[in-house]
Amino acid sequence: MIINVARKELKSMFASPMGWVILALLMFSFGTYYLNGVNDYFAVMSGAMRPAERTGVTQFVGQNVYGFASFMVLFAVPLLSMRLVSEERRSQTLPFLFSAPLSLTEIVLGKFLGLVAFLSILVVYVGAMLSTLNIWADIDFGFIVANSIGLLLMVASFSALGLYFSSITQQPVVAAILTFIALFALMFLDRFFAGDPSNTLASLSLTRHFQSFAGGLIDTADIAYFALFIASFLTLTVRRLDADRLRG
Amino acid sequence: MNDFTVEAIGLTRLYGGREAVSNVSFNLSKGQVLGFLGPNGAGKSTTMKMLTGNLAPSNGSVKICGIDMMENPKEAKALIGYLPEMRPLYKELTVDEYLTIAARLHRVSGAHIKKAVELAKERCGLGHMSKRLIENLSNGYQQRVGIAQAIIHNPMVVILDEPTVGLDPIQIRDIRALIREVGSERSVIISTHILPEVEMVCDHVQIIDKGKLVFNGAIDVLKKQRIGNKLLIAMNKPPKAAELLKIAGVEEAESVSDQLMRVRFTDGATPAEAIVQAAVAKGWGLYQIGPDQTSLEDVFVQLTYQEQEAA
Repeated sequence: MIINVARKELKSMFASPMGWVILALLMFSFGTYYLNGVNDYFAVMSGAMRPAERTGVTQFVGQNVYGFASFMVLFAVPLLSMRLVSEERRSQTLPFLFSAPLSLTEIVLGKFLGLVAFLSILVVYVGAMLSTLNIWADIDFGFIVANSIGLLLMVASFSALGLYFSSITQQPVVAAILTFIALFALMFLDRFFAGDPSNTLASLSLTRHFQSFAGGLIDTADIAYFALFIASFLTLTVRRLDADRLRG
Repeated sequence: MNDFTVEAIGLTRLYGGREAVSNVSFNLSKGQVLGFLGPNGAGKSTTMKMLTGNLAPSNGSVKICGIDMMENPKEAKALIGYLPEMRPLYKELTVDEYLTIAARLHRVSGAHIKKAVELAKERCGLGHMSKRLIENLSNGYQQRVGIAQAIIHNPMVVILDEPTVGLDPIQIRDIRALIREVGSERSVIISTHILPEVEMVCDHVQIIDKGKLVFNGAIDVLKKQRIGNKLLIAMNKPPKAAELLKIAGVEEAESVSDQLMRVRFTDGATPAEAIVQAAVAKGWGLYQIGPDQTSLEDVFVQLTYQEQEAA
């Protein structure tokens, strides 16, 4: 049943130009960064005389592309997640889901998975693009896998937060703006506490938890953070939709 | 277990202390079409939302085929097809895509989805619209898509909130035929404020006003109340009321205008023939006689008005 809701969301996403435009734009910009990364690699490495200054091509290009990708999804996710619930609320299509034999949890999980499935196209695309380096070089697939997992978790967290903000308003634009502000604050929280890295608030920052994945390290503490982040916002969304049924 | 398809027990819904629906109870059996009547804001849609699990009642409970909507919402909802007042259509999809999603979400098994979609389209006259975007369909066709999604999984109970709004007369006729067809084997609840529609389609009528059930009964009872025991007589030279009162069975006579008189007779009496005979014998110049039908609208106004007086 969750899958059916997710399929419905995917269909809606691909039925509107918004999904295609965002996919195309992101892929274009990732491609450009990748190309620049490869070009820069030769320029930088030919200047790096000592072996200690040299990094592998995977890490050099990968950090470039994944760092950029984790920044770009900050703009892409709010635009895609804004319509999930608010649009249905505005066009009064929610009763279609509420009167189907589905629990609220199934509806919310379905919508979440639909969006994550759509965004995972990007993650797979970036992974595939970097893997093409293997034709000329011997690349570090572990680094790409860790980064892909990190990017996917980050995108999923963004989606969960976007879904929640979409469920509290009727206006998709308001949902997008709120999501963007919240994500922006969460991402750059650690910058505010740059002088005091041990601050508890700083460790709430999404970027900080992406760091270990970016370095090629899969840390269960970071996975737990993302999982909790997703679970809390999905629970909040379920609660919000249940309030609709109770308060009317 | 009884064989009621819908049981509403003491449904009450409060909106900020105000009772939008108060203590509404009724039962519906298989093969019945129930008409829900009421003026705007009477609580028709609120009641329907509670019946379909879209709104939690403040008090009372709903059972669909014996399954409680509160305790077992998924099982109960699987037995219902619902078309809300605002059609829940995803306008960016085509008719086929939308109906396929509706079938899938309502647990139609994978192998039967195609068949269910075809059948629903055929029943609602949407066959030639399959590949059109819902957005581009006319209002009437959008309404048909709405009805199609409500019957696609062949539910036990079909609940339609004002299904004929915005349709042309031919479409209305088709939809009414469809409602009767569905109603012959399943249960249907429709809400409307078009009274003749209720008379044409429904077996049972409920009139709801200010959240309270004012009338609940078979359509025949309402019809009887409507036809009543009155005759309307038109004459060129009407007699005095006293002369009409002499005829057996006549209880009351009053003149409506200078040529029209209304006569009320005792239940079971048929004074029409006697009146005609008297009119011929005494040269009243009778040119028309017939039952005085208070329109269903009058009955409706009466019923909702009585309630106001009582309150």
